[in-house]
Amino acid sequence: MSELTREETEALIQEVLEVYPEKARKDRAKHLAANDQSVEQSKKCITSNRKSLPGVMTVRGCAYAGSKGVVWGPIKDMIHVSHGPIGCGQYSRAGRRNYYVGTTGVDTFGTMNFTSDFQEKDIVFGGDKKLAKLIAEIEMLFPLHKGISVQSECPIGLIGDDIEAVAKKGAKEMDKPIVPVRCEGFRGVSQSLGHHIANDSIRDWVLDKRDGQAFEATPYDVSIIGDYNIGGDAWASRILLEEMGLRVVSQWSGDGTLAEIEKTPKVKLNLLHCYRSMNYISRHMEEKYGIPWLEYNFFGPTKIAESLRAIAAQFDDHIKEGAERVIAKYQPMMEAVIAKYKPRLQGKTVMLYVGGLRPRHVIGAYEDLGMQVIGTGYEFAHNDDYDRTIKEMGNATLLYDDATGFELEEFIKRMKPDLVGSGIKEKYVFQKMGIPLRQMHSWDYSGPYHGYDGFAIFARDMDMAISNPCWSKQTPPWKKQPEALEPTEEGDLKKVA
Amino acid sequence: MAKLRQAAIYGKGGIGKSTTTQNLVAALAEIGKKVMIVGCDPKADSTRLILHSKAQNSVMGLAAEAGSVEDLELEDVMSVGYGGIKCVESGGPEPGVGCAGRGVITAINFLEEEGAYDEDLEFVFYDVLGDVVCGGFAMPIRENKAQEIYIVCSGEMMAMYAANNIAKGIVKYANSGGVRLAGLICNSRNTDREDELIMALAAKLGTQMIHFIPRHNIVQHAEIRRMTVIEYDPTAAQADEYRTLAKKIVDNKNFVIPTPVTMDELEELLMEFGILEADDESIIGKTAAQLAAETAEALAAA
Repeated sequence: MSELTREETEALIQEVLEVYPEKARKDRAKHLAANDQSVEQSKKCITSNRKSLPGVMTVRGCAYAGSKGVVWGPIKDMIHVSHGPIGCGQYSRAGRRNYYVGTTGVDTFGTMNFTSDFQEKDIVFGGDKKLAKLIAEIEMLFPLHKGISVQSECPIGLIGDDIEAVAKKGAKEMDKPIVPVRCEGFRGVSQSLGHHIANDSIRDWVLDKRDGQAFEATPYDVSIIGDYNIGGDAWASRILLEEMGLRVVSQWSGDGTLAEIEKTPKVKLNLLHCYRSMNYISRHMEEKYGIPWLEYNFFGPTKIAESLRAIAAQFDDHIKEGAERVIAKYQPMMEAVIAKYKPRLQGKTVMLYVGGLRPRHVIGAYEDLGMQVIGTGYEFAHNDDYDRTIKEMGNATLLYDDATGFELEEFIKRMKPDLVGSGIKEKYVFQKMGIPLRQMHSWDYSGPYHGYDGFAIFARDMDMAISNPCWSKQTPPWKKQPEALEPTEEGDLKKVA
Repeated sequence: MAKLRQAAIYGKGGIGKSTTTQNLVAALAEIGKKVMIVGCDPKADSTRLILHSKAQNSVMGLAAEAGSVEDLELEDVMSVGYGGIKCVESGGPEPGVGCAGRGVITAINFLEEEGAYDEDLEFVFYDVLGDVVCGGFAMPIRENKAQEIYIVCSGEMMAMYAANNIAKGIVKYANSGGVRLAGLICNSRNTDREDELIMALAAKLGTQMIHFIPRHNIVQHAEIRRMTVIEYDPTAAQADEYRTLAKKIVDNKNFVIPTPVTMDELEELLMEFGILEADDESIIGKTAAQLAAETAEALAAA
């Protein structure tokens, strides 16, 4: 579908809002907008980070998901205990594709599920004793672990267990950090508060552990913050930074280790990819250690080159030359990728509905392929995310915050994009409507999508989804116009010429 | 089979719920009634006078030892004491940890599933922790559980506040289920005009003072021996008081949805009986020092 005018977009929003009862309509109207690039502050056009309405089929997660699933989970040499009943731990196990190097079960634990498996008696009598026992068992069975985080599930907050006391005692006994995290699922309106709580717990229990200790610094020390190494994203990013001459001290938190996290206050610059989930700790390090932070975007060659230059601008000529050298090196490869896929993807439209940074960060990558993003939205953004989105999106394109099941379906039915980028909950709804969908949370079991290497895979995957011949075969033969037949002299039927 | 009657006993902490319940139940057993007591208090002291024990093994205590409540059998948790009275304690955590309310829910569900409410049983009494602090302690008055509630109270101000608050809780469950207020039991503290006061409160709540139990040392004497008065000294006049209460409860037909009063109404009642003095607005929020200064000023002016 071609671009909508502002009036058409606004009319579409009004039409979709029509079905709601008055109160819900009033609330949802604040979360839907036609983009206006002239607006400086997004709060003038869209509301975000509010409680979802009951019954609208939001796809948001909870604070536990934000802490255990996003921020803490990928730290590979720590053991993250899902403290509470079994479900939260089991259904969040290994689902996020945070790749890591190590021997699982020996020195790394990323894909394992550790849980206190609460029973009735633990609710009634409290789970502190069980937690203490579990900590001792971990130390005995997995002696190479570097520390433990206790990820609170809802009942912990309800029954008021004193996990801080257990953590302090256990940490003293085994001389390794144990971090209690109060990320009970009922806190906040989405997983977003879980990110914040997790950031705060790193600040309070981990970050200052090496203050005052010696560190062999270089002028080129940086850390990658907010890259969860989904499908290897952080690796594809790290090599570019290293090629331009920087030293990557830590990765937060994809393929990250506790030691890296502890050393981060020694770096010269924090590079922030997922602003939503880790701006808190970046701001803290700026205030406490005076480390500046810089947001960057490693999706697609245009944004990568912009970001590499912006990063290099923080350093001396050696790094600036390095950045140019890296950009020049990968230029031919990127040209080849674009030459191959752009002719097939030129002019195709995309609608996105994802989480932390992708609803804005991948826009440039699509544009590099000649595609256009005509609608985008976040599950759990705050207004500072929309501030950053307005300039990336075309005028009068559609913005939807915490989109409901109905809204997303109606918008996509009406705007008929050539591709939807969203999650597993949306995937089959839209594919059954005949619209290709790529999962943009997990890269649909592919990736990496970050960096130059990632762009080649991204381009291939988008082409694979859109150009798949199955989409033209949506109508079954028996629903097609029957071909006219006439009897032959032999009594058979033949097609009318 | 007689229809099973289930009753819950509520009241301010320390008012004598457990003692009254056990003496009452002993009196019922004496006249041949088949009775069960279910203690719904983590302290697990609702059956000691019947069983002559310190504290009975509780459902949750045994469940914690065995691993889970599914590992228990009914025989493990149910003891039979004086007069064939069946005794169960829900049990729960020590103060300050876990969730005692969930313990009550788990224990009562267990009793139902295991068939503790058998066909011969005529009365079940739930002796519930003083303050209904969360949903768990309202479990005994939910659907298919206790249908009649007795509130133990005395002529002291806080006991009457508590009674009124409990009545508010009953209204909530009365509207969604069949639970009714069946009366106030006055466990005397020898305050002035106590019987009249509780009768007046009962009238305001739309119910009756079902019985006035005078205060008597023999209750303590029996308790030291972990016995009810009925068993310790069946000839005592106090034993007859509990027998009267038992008979009144057997014959009770007065089940109402209570009409709790506002704080102001309750205070008016207390003022009427001289328990509470009329508010002197001029002294509210003033420290002793401020009041002394004011008095000095007044004296100086005079």
